[in-house]
Amino acid sequence: MQRHDAIVEPVLTVGPSFKRWALALAAVVAWAGFAWIWQLVNGLGVTGLGRPVYWGLYITNFVFFIGVSHAGTLISAILRIVHAEWRRPITRMAEVITVLVLFFGVGNVLLDLGRPDRALNVIQHPHFRSPLLWDVSSITVYLACSSLYLYLPLIPDIAILRDRTSGWRRRFYGRLALGWTGAPQQWHRLERAIGVMAILVIPVAVSVHTVVSWVFAMTIQPMWHSTIFGPYFVVGAIFSGIAAIITAMVIVRRVYRLEAYLTPLHFNNLGILLLVMACLWFYFTFAEYLTTWYGHEPTEITVFDAKVSGPFAAYFWAMFVFCFVLPFTFLANPKTRTIAGTLVASISVNVGMWLERFTIVVPSLANPRAPIPGFVYAPSWVEWSLMAGCFAAFTLLYMGFTKLFPIVSIWELEAHETTVVPATGPNLLAEAES
Amino acid sequence: MPRWGLVIDLDRCTGCEACVVACKHENNVPFSTPESAAEGRLMTWIQLVPAEVPGRTQPTPLPLMCQHCERPPCTDVCPTWATYLNPEGLVAQIYPRCIGCRYCTNACPYAVKVFDWTTPDWPDSMAPMMNPDVSLRPKGVVEKCTFCHHRLMQAREWAKTQGRELAPEDYVPACVQTCPAEAMTFGDLDDPHGSVAPLAESPRAFRWMADLGTRPKVVYLREGE
Repeated sequence: MQRHDAIVEPVLTVGPSFKRWALALAAVVAWAGFAWIWQLVNGLGVTGLGRPVYWGLYITNFVFFIGVSHAGTLISAILRIVHAEWRRPITRMAEVITVLVLFFGVGNVLLDLGRPDRALNVIQHPHFRSPLLWDVSSITVYLACSSLYLYLPLIPDIAILRDRTSGWRRRFYGRLALGWTGAPQQWHRLERAIGVMAILVIPVAVSVHTVVSWVFAMTIQPMWHSTIFGPYFVVGAIFSGIAAIITAMVIVRRVYRLEAYLTPLHFNNLGILLLVMACLWFYFTFAEYLTTWYGHEPTEITVFDAKVSGPFAAYFWAMFVFCFVLPFTFLANPKTRTIAGTLVASISVNVGMWLERFTIVVPSLANPRAPIPGFVYAPSWVEWSLMAGCFAAFTLLYMGFTKLFPIVSIWELEAHETTVVPATGPNLLAEAES
Repeated sequence: MPRWGLVIDLDRCTGCEACVVACKHENNVPFSTPESAAEGRLMTWIQLVPAEVPGRTQPTPLPLMCQHCERPPCTDVCPTWATYLNPEGLVAQIYPRCIGCRYCTNACPYAVKVFDWTTPDWPDSMAPMMNPDVSLRPKGVVEKCTFCHHRLMQAREWAKTQGRELAPEDYVPACVQTCPAEAMTFGDLDDPHGSVAPLAESPRAFRWMADLGTRPKVVYLREGE
């Protein structure tokens, strides 16, 4: 019996339940593919968008997904730097969320383009005064950094798999393991590289969501032109990111029977972190809305009223309940800060944060300064299908990842258990062969 | 170099919307139906909006088109230089460059930029009436009032063939040419002896949303006095 078989085993076996889920999700993705082709052929006229609500579901999803991408890298980097030992089983599943979800963030911008065939104009004819180009730059760097940050700690685990498998898997892992033998010098280099990346990735992650917020804040449109949008978006991003990690953890724990690794302690600690972020989110939201209301500037108050008591009131108050009331109630009480309790709070936060993005994007557009005739934006079946497709494709890719790589970092757990500093080298190869 | 500007006298404007029709014709702006307009899909480069203007307590119909700002909020945000302020002060729009992100439409406080949601559907009977000097926009790009810059290019060519400088009366946008009430005046804002500059200095003159610092080159003259 080898150690941590519970982690390695699900990587190498595919059960019937996995196949059923994969098939169902693939069907949703295929449907979204059809919707996408429909949109490419007929143009953005197939959406519910119009003048002046030029941005809707796609841009909401863009901001939401980029926000969730702060899950992994940022959380795992911060916990790594402060040497929070309990982080060890959760860093990988967090980092995978980051890398995968970034593709859907960028993808939603491409879905939103009237001429996706000309997307490369952004690189061929860049205009650096445009916040959209800041986005392109920042997200590209973030994607590169977080991919590297996911890959580096994977190398020793890939080597374990290489030595335990045969056939295509052996060749596949052999190539990815980059000749890892577990020599002390390799450990030393790896630790250094991970340490550097952990620090490097934090300012990059902060810049990403700051710049996303600036897409809105740099315009002079009412309730977009706000100086606190940068930090407000970063806080919201970390908030929704932690919620996404907890949700993923509960599912992975249940499906792959990892109860021994993901204990109530993890959910309690992350729950407290989520509670802190909920309070921060409330603080920022309160500051943002109070100043707008108190100032009563005509164009601003029009948007404010549309959100608080007008056509968007249902979204706004649902957002408040989902982002603050529900999670606060569940997380502030240690009795409900259980696995089930944090899951409820996390799902609530994810729904709430999506609504927050929606109530930032749409109401400002629906109430422009110029008194042009408006309309009520209702997303079309194409937009809903593509949104469902994004969530399904993300889940599918995440599932796929768990069948290729261990979702819990084996060597980091062992390094912790044996309390041997990895630089002096726990011989994983010998371990794996014994 | 001239700095093209437009003055609209609200005291003369009757709200007949001849300018709207002229613009649609001149610039091959696609048709809209009442149904499509109700869905936010109205295609128009100029329209009358009920605006709050100085000197009036009630909203007044204001002919609204691209204001060709000196400091346009739309050009800064374009990621590909598809919209920019050209040396003559026109806010230009390059259709083949535009990626259709609609950032400029959202950054414009006047909401005058429109997007081609679909490929325009032209009735066959309209084919011979199309203006050959104005390119048709494909679906997926942003378009707006150009101050009929194709007329400027023609006028410049014409003046050149005659071996003379471009005269102010050589270049007039279609809306100005059509206005039956002669409420619109077009010309060089920097020419103190021209027709536009003195009007733009009139005590009745105001620039809409001037407090935003956009410095529009469309100047309105309020009613009264």
